[in-house]
Amino acid sequence: MSVRRLAANQPDSFAFTPATLKEVKVWIAKYPAGRQQSAVIPVLWLVQKQEGWISEPALRVVAETLGMPVIRVYEVATFYTMFMLEPVGSHALVQVCGTTPCQLRGAGDLLSVCQKKFGNRDHLSADGKFYWQEVECMGACSNAPMAAINDYYYEDLTPEAFEAILDDFAAGKKPKPGSHIKRQGASPEGGALVLLDPSLYDGSRARPIKSLPNAEPKARKSKAPAP
Amino acid sequence: MVGILEDKDRIFTNLYGLHDWGLEGAKARGGWNATRDMLTQTPEWICEQIKDSGLRGRGGGGFPTGLKWTFMPKQESERPHYLVVNADESEPGACKDREIIRNDPHLLIEGCLIASYAIRAHTAYIYVRGEYVFERERLEAAIKQAYEARLIGKGNVHGWDFDLFVHHGGGAYICGDETALMESLEGKKGQPRLKPPFPAGAGIYGAPTTINNVESIAVVGSILRRGSGWFAGFGRPKNSGIKLMAASGHVNKPCVVEETMSIPMRKLIEDHFGGVRGGWGNLKAVIPGGISMRMIPAAEAEEALMDFDDLAARRSGLGTATMIVMDKDADLVKAIARASYFYKHESCGQCTPCREGTGWMWRIMERMASGEAEMKEIDMLLDVASQVEGHTICGLGDAAAWPIQGLFRHFRHEVEERITNYRAGKPHVQGATLRAAE
Repeated sequence: MSVRRLAANQPDSFAFTPATLKEVKVWIAKYPAGRQQSAVIPVLWLVQKQEGWISEPALRVVAETLGMPVIRVYEVATFYTMFMLEPVGSHALVQVCGTTPCQLRGAGDLLSVCQKKFGNRDHLSADGKFYWQEVECMGACSNAPMAAINDYYYEDLTPEAFEAILDDFAAGKKPKPGSHIKRQGASPEGGALVLLDPSLYDGSRARPIKSLPNAEPKARKSKAPAP
Repeated sequence: MVGILEDKDRIFTNLYGLHDWGLEGAKARGGWNATRDMLTQTPEWICEQIKDSGLRGRGGGGFPTGLKWTFMPKQESERPHYLVVNADESEPGACKDREIIRNDPHLLIEGCLIASYAIRAHTAYIYVRGEYVFERERLEAAIKQAYEARLIGKGNVHGWDFDLFVHHGGGAYICGDETALMESLEGKKGQPRLKPPFPAGAGIYGAPTTINNVESIAVVGSILRRGSGWFAGFGRPKNSGIKLMAASGHVNKPCVVEETMSIPMRKLIEDHFGGVRGGWGNLKAVIPGGISMRMIPAAEAEEALMDFDDLAARRSGLGTATMIVMDKDADLVKAIARASYFYKHESCGQCTPCREGTGWMWRIMERMASGEAEMKEIDMLLDVASQVEGHTICGLGDAAAWPIQGLFRHFRHEVEERITNYRAGKPHVQGATLRAAE
């Protein structure tokens, strides 16, 4: 298990911005009455979107908002590794996947790029613009190696391409996420070999189906109004 | 033709995102077609059809989906029923549900409606892993379209009141376990619960709950539209159907593709994934599912079929059918050591064998990877692995042990050779320097 603690230096207070508060209410409304604790992960995530990281005063505010003990929020914030417990870079939070499928396709080189550019992992870079981590599998293994930068995935990276993307972030730009080698999603490089039959896309599949296969004639009477 | 499955039989027709993911596009490709007719049948009929189709859970467990649905109470009581869709795809190697969520979200939404009707639930949650931010945004947008078109929601055109919500996690692999996922959905640490009670008796909020993988739910609409016999016609008996498969690692063209179950592994790799890097002869080992499945060597990969029973007979497993291919340049020991680190990182810390064992196994594996370990530690490592396996509440302990067992089952000689070579290169006592060498 990963052992995580709150940062030594904490701000004095935390408050939701009106925009965040509105989203918090949307999340709470998703769960049955009295079960607002369910929203704790999404709400902590909103805090992180607002502040960049999760501070101790923020935990207290979240606990109060959701009517749960502070220790329960503390548990959740330290258990889930997506929550950053100390300030992150002003320009980018760089998370390089280092797990086996990415490792086999050269994630080690991407880690070296970060080490070279920003210094040690899990620390702010010297200029305060970047914070980088090696993370566990991000679920984009067919597009390995990859890195998530500020939430979005940059895939099929080479060290050179990765460096160029990081330079763009340093310059305040927002490079387009996705495959660096212009693959469409998870299709094979060079174009899809399947799903080429035009009849899949000409609308013929939307034609009404007269009767469902194996359907029973004595079906329940539909209460629904006609569409 | 590439592979076995023909284009006309594919379910995920927008797998690569080349077409409109939205409602109009999904309808043109046959989504939401005759859904109303399905919901005029009885829930029992739907369960029966899914059972007949032979659909087995696509999240790795392979439990028959239709059978799982029948475990739910037959009558609604004061405790509402829930459907929870497990989209916490975090297993290294697995990257198939992501394609469904971002490119064919309406098939998933339609499946949620049908499955909820079959288990008499009026509410469903889709638990998306936290890192899938883009995918979550896409799914939320698709759900909004479905609400606006009154396909779901209260008083919808299908006549079954149904609310669908997206929930997201915080980056914990353990939440892929169904009981940990429920804990997480309730706003707690994702630590698995003891079973029984099973989710169908007491799941989220203590209410009857069914938890299914994204792919299991997303194929339901197509199965009912085209008939259980159509789906059951693919693959070998008890392993029927079609399935998303993927490759990562040392293949020329890693990708995600839909194929029939029981396709020969070699055909799958050569037809769809551009073959092994450096040719088939350069293959060393394949991890057939996500990384928790034990690896099989090249000679077995030659004959293996991509289905539950064939791979289980080879002491491996289909898992999520998202294979990791390793060629002769790959450092297998290092690859498995990295997997061990993954499990050490992701253990939730609840059960002692797993919390302590995963770290222990990782530390030994790291020394094996450099050759620094002692020869006798190999047996100790396997002993630790077998003592973690089966002694934990959830399957993470097993999953941490299997990759190591797979490695030593087929490549023990390589590790031994590495340890021998490491020692041979250092004839003096470790840490000391021979005076004569200075």
